[in-house]
Amino acid sequence: MSIYSIAFLAFMALCGLVGAAFAVDSVFAFHSWLTVALSLGFLFWGIKNYTTEPADQSRYLDSVVRWGIIATIAWGLVGFLVGIIIATELAFPEVNLFRQMNFGRLRPLHTSAVIFAFGGNALIASSFYVVQRTTGARLALGNLAWFVFWGYQFFILLAASGYVLGVTQAKEYAEPEWYADIWLTIVWVAYLLVFLGTLYKRKEPHIFVANWFYLSFIVTVAMLHIVNNLNLPVSWFGTQSYPLFAGVQGALTQWWYGHNAVGFFLTAAFLGIMYYFVPKRANRPIYSYRLSIVHFWSLIFLYIWAGPHHLQYTALPDWAQTLGMVFSIMLWMPSWGGMINGLMTLQGAWDKIRTDPIIRMFVLSLAFYGMGTFEGPLMAIKEVNSLSHYTDWTIGHVHSAALGWNGMVTFAMVYYIVPKLWGKKEIYSLKWVGWHFWLATIGIVFYISAMWVSGIMQGVMWKSYNAAGFLEYSFAETVAAMFPYYLIRTLGGLLFFLGACLMAYNVYRTIVMTKEEESNIETVPA
Amino acid sequence: MIDYESFRQFADSWGLLYLTVVFVIVVLFVFRPGSKKTYDELSRLPLKDDDHVQ
Repeated sequence: MSIYSIAFLAFMALCGLVGAAFAVDSVFAFHSWLTVALSLGFLFWGIKNYTTEPADQSRYLDSVVRWGIIATIAWGLVGFLVGIIIATELAFPEVNLFRQMNFGRLRPLHTSAVIFAFGGNALIASSFYVVQRTTGARLALGNLAWFVFWGYQFFILLAASGYVLGVTQAKEYAEPEWYADIWLTIVWVAYLLVFLGTLYKRKEPHIFVANWFYLSFIVTVAMLHIVNNLNLPVSWFGTQSYPLFAGVQGALTQWWYGHNAVGFFLTAAFLGIMYYFVPKRANRPIYSYRLSIVHFWSLIFLYIWAGPHHLQYTALPDWAQTLGMVFSIMLWMPSWGGMINGLMTLQGAWDKIRTDPIIRMFVLSLAFYGMGTFEGPLMAIKEVNSLSHYTDWTIGHVHSAALGWNGMVTFAMVYYIVPKLWGKKEIYSLKWVGWHFWLATIGIVFYISAMWVSGIMQGVMWKSYNAAGFLEYSFAETVAAMFPYYLIRTLGGLLFFLGACLMAYNVYRTIVMTKEEESNIETVPA
Repeated sequence: MIDYESFRQFADSWGLLYLTVVFVIVVLFVFRPGSKKTYDELSRLPLKDDDHVQ
């Protein structure tokens, strides 16, 4: 660790002490003490490991990627497990045992853990891996990549512990309070600098398309995060803050943020994973590099306008609602361009879908990507939205895309990258990968079909009138009718979680695999 | 002060034109003469050796 890192940690510890001394509420005090403890812990470790020796520029910085992959798996397990708990709470409200595990507190814990902790770590780790290999250069700016990794974990800790202790700014997918937001901004700028710095010192003349996707994700998320979190704290030593935007402006800003979190976090960046790892695993060139460029620019120019479809039939001006709808429908084209490019990359290697369970996972993830990006625009159409909005159909849509596309493509990437990072021939058991594939697939099918049925039923029940013109059903009746589907959903989540547990064990066995075991493992027939 | 009507009109005229022109430029750019060789090479870029700094 360098002298600058040590000075920075000492400064952080001091900030924490000041925060703890003047804290106006208990959660702010807790987070301040957490800052002190972690800063001092890293500080002592840093002094013990003080070095002025420059890093070996002839080798890639892969240790930070290894930690990132472990963090991905660990947070994934936490996020999926919390998902099962809240699904159970919806079916059996008695499970809301005490206020720290209330649905309202655990729900953002689940969404943030799966999107930002599981997905975010997978993206940061894979982008560091891909950018080094496609530029032929070691990560830039020394150990700043390590700051990005640990800083991001600290943000997750602040956010997660805040939710459980009842702190939220009540914006969906942007729940962390102002001080956590400022911290994330610092970490994100460091991430951008590492990424740009590595591109700057590239030895490859061209910037490979996966890096374009990753870069658009880093830049856009920075912009979205800052604008949507323009808040004024009540006190500089308290958790509470108020947003600068109010009313419909606030709502539009929130969904401009929210939908582009889908567009750039969960789509563009994961397409970055696809564009490197699918060709790599299939050992085939990208089907059409031209298509990758055209659909990249179309995707990022269109996505940014689609947000208003979250506000159909609200106080938002009618033209803006229509604009959101139209841009969502236009997104069919670039989205499917990406899917086709990924699937057709297997041209000449279609047999691998049968022989290689990792390729099978990639193909399934792309199929779900195609399905999700077909269903989304459909739901953005006003007439469809009048039935689907506020119902479980939305939840079903999100999970078919998130579990099917983001989950599966991440699992496949993990199975590919772990043997590479730990210098092994192949993952410990390809057979278990096959088991994971089926557990997850069946889990997703249970989940999404239950949510489709319950969502449409819910929408229809809400819109039913009797002969006298009164509502046919009371709200409580519509809730009671959903019970069996909530059970099926919980079962689906459980299967998906079991698959992820099997992956964690498979990865563990790969890491600790001996030379003798390695010579006996099964590989994909060439 | 820009009002609602003029903002909407700007969006569905100049805004639309801007996006269309960008799209056309991108398509023309990727089909520029001599690009085929470049893109064929680039589509194989991930397949290069991935364990060593170049």
